[in-house]
Amino acid sequence: MSALWHDMPLRGRVLAGALLAALAAAPLVADRYLLSVLILIFYFAYLGQAWNLMMGLAGQLSLGHALYVGLGGYVAAMLWVHLGIGPWLALVPAMAAGALAGGVIAWLGFRFSIEGVYFALLTIAFAEFTRIAFEHIGAAGGAGGFFIPYQAERLGEWWNLRGGQWLFYYVAFALATGAVALTAWLKRSRLGYHWQAVRENQQAARALGIDILAVKMKAAVISSAMTAVGGVFYAFYYDSLFPAQVFNISRSIELMLAPIVGGLGTIFGPVFGAFILTPLGEGLSAALEQLGVNAPGAKAVFYGLTLMLIIFVRPDGVWPALARACGLAPARGDDA
Amino acid sequence: MSSLILNVVVQGGLTGLVYGLMALGLSVIFGVVRVVNFAHGELVVLAMYAAFELWRSFGLDPLVGTLPVAVVFFGLGYLLQTTLINPFIGRAEHEQFILLVGLGMVIVNGLLMIFRPDARPINLAYGFDSYEVGPLLIYKVNLLAGAAAVVVAAALFVFFRWTATGTAIRACADNLTGAAVVGLNVRRLYALTFGIGLACVGAAGALMVTIVEVRPALAPSFTLLAFIIVIIGGLGSMGGALLGGVLIGVSEALAGFFFEPSMKSMFSFGLLILVLVLRPQGLLGRRA
Repeated sequence: MSALWHDMPLRGRVLAGALLAALAAAPLVADRYLLSVLILIFYFAYLGQAWNLMMGLAGQLSLGHALYVGLGGYVAAMLWVHLGIGPWLALVPAMAAGALAGGVIAWLGFRFSIEGVYFALLTIAFAEFTRIAFEHIGAAGGAGGFFIPYQAERLGEWWNLRGGQWLFYYVAFALATGAVALTAWLKRSRLGYHWQAVRENQQAARALGIDILAVKMKAAVISSAMTAVGGVFYAFYYDSLFPAQVFNISRSIELMLAPIVGGLGTIFGPVFGAFILTPLGEGLSAALEQLGVNAPGAKAVFYGLTLMLIIFVRPDGVWPALARACGLAPARGDDA
Repeated sequence: MSSLILNVVVQGGLTGLVYGLMALGLSVIFGVVRVVNFAHGELVVLAMYAAFELWRSFGLDPLVGTLPVAVVFFGLGYLLQTTLINPFIGRAEHEQFILLVGLGMVIVNGLLMIFRPDARPINLAYGFDSYEVGPLLIYKVNLLAGAAAVVVAAALFVFFRWTATGTAIRACADNLTGAAVVGLNVRRLYALTFGIGLACVGAAGALMVTIVEVRPALAPSFTLLAFIIVIIGGLGSMGGALLGGVLIGVSEALAGFFFEPSMKSMFSFGLLILVLVLRPQGLLGRRA
């Protein structure tokens, strides 16, 4: 962390400080719509960061991260509605559920050396399996969805994540900032270097004495537990969960957009990606609505084209090149 | 009861043959070009809409429409490979993957914009004709669709086994460097292969409209289904793809019969997880 700050050129420090201050003060001036877009940006920056740990740092492609979002959300929402256990406490079982699912999938995959595409398919298969299972679990509301009832008298209970937009804004802000800090710290940690070694060359990493299976498992467990936290936020922000939506493959794809566009394996890439993509997508939806065009797929077509374009011309993402061009890249290394 | 189950099995098996043809396209592409076509289901649905529009606008029977759709899809595949995918040969696996995920998103959401989310049924004059074979009641549509799938697969087998181009493509799959050394034009053969794979997709899509009502939301599940079948049957094995298709078709039909129809794909995903973990090279595949 402190290394990140030290390596950052002065210009970067000033910019980062100004951005943090502006975002912290945003609720004072921004209207509801702008705040809702910012919340989405933070949410996707956070999830992107979680996915980035596994794909960007450890090089393991997961296409089923919606599974952990859904599990985290369902665990917290059901504990709250059925047992009255608040979300802060429920973070522990939610993260445990995510970590367990992520750990089991990773163990099954990596133990039997299912790599690359096959591993990605395994993650999708588990997410889809769980989606259909949840559509048939009565206690979780089945296909009709699970709802957190609106209770006006609890609105002020910020400690139970019950509150207005400001509350969710600052929670999302904290999540995104925390995720950046965690990624920065992990990337420079012993584990982080092990991940990057495995990503670059598994054989060489093994020859160096790195326990490949353990290192990959840690990536999966940390990433899925982090993602489950995002699910808790999702459940309490939207107050509803539908299996067909939360566990959908398109959710898994959606949350990898920001890190891919921003830059895989970079610290600020996922944040930057979320800051470009989310407003563009939301803006497109709003513009089409203004024009009276009812085109449900338009936003996804745009995202799809963006994905293809980025991977075609700049597979490393936009952020690394931009950071270099603006003199924001650190003096040493390639950590942007 | 037992004759009812037998009926379900036969029905599922015939549907499974069409599934198998769809998966064959994926298998051919992956086996040779080594690119995982993650837009597979999206392309199947595109073919379904093509066959549907041919039927609606010109009254063309989808079973006849199989031929023009397959031909057009061959061209589409050739074009896709030369423009979009060839630059990605040799690049990181996840980059190819993301490119095709993006392509799939564009296709399926483009269809959603044009055709809206509702399902479109096709009414054929002989839609309810059936043959009675002992205790079995076989629908004519399903029988014809299944037979057509087998014919296309057989034609493909003959092509790969006994023609010069087919042999050249197999050479590329077996030993890329060797193929290039003896002077084969690998890029062109790749384009041909992708075209052939998409011709399977086109044919399977056209046949599929007679079985399933087409809607954009089918796409991701078709992609997964194709993967499940190919992995169960073993990548690169043509017989395996058909066998896997029949296996999945039958197990889905049985699951829909004994449990709820909405749970049927859960069994396919469960089967995929089992096969991946226990026998990753597939039932008929060779160990890599």
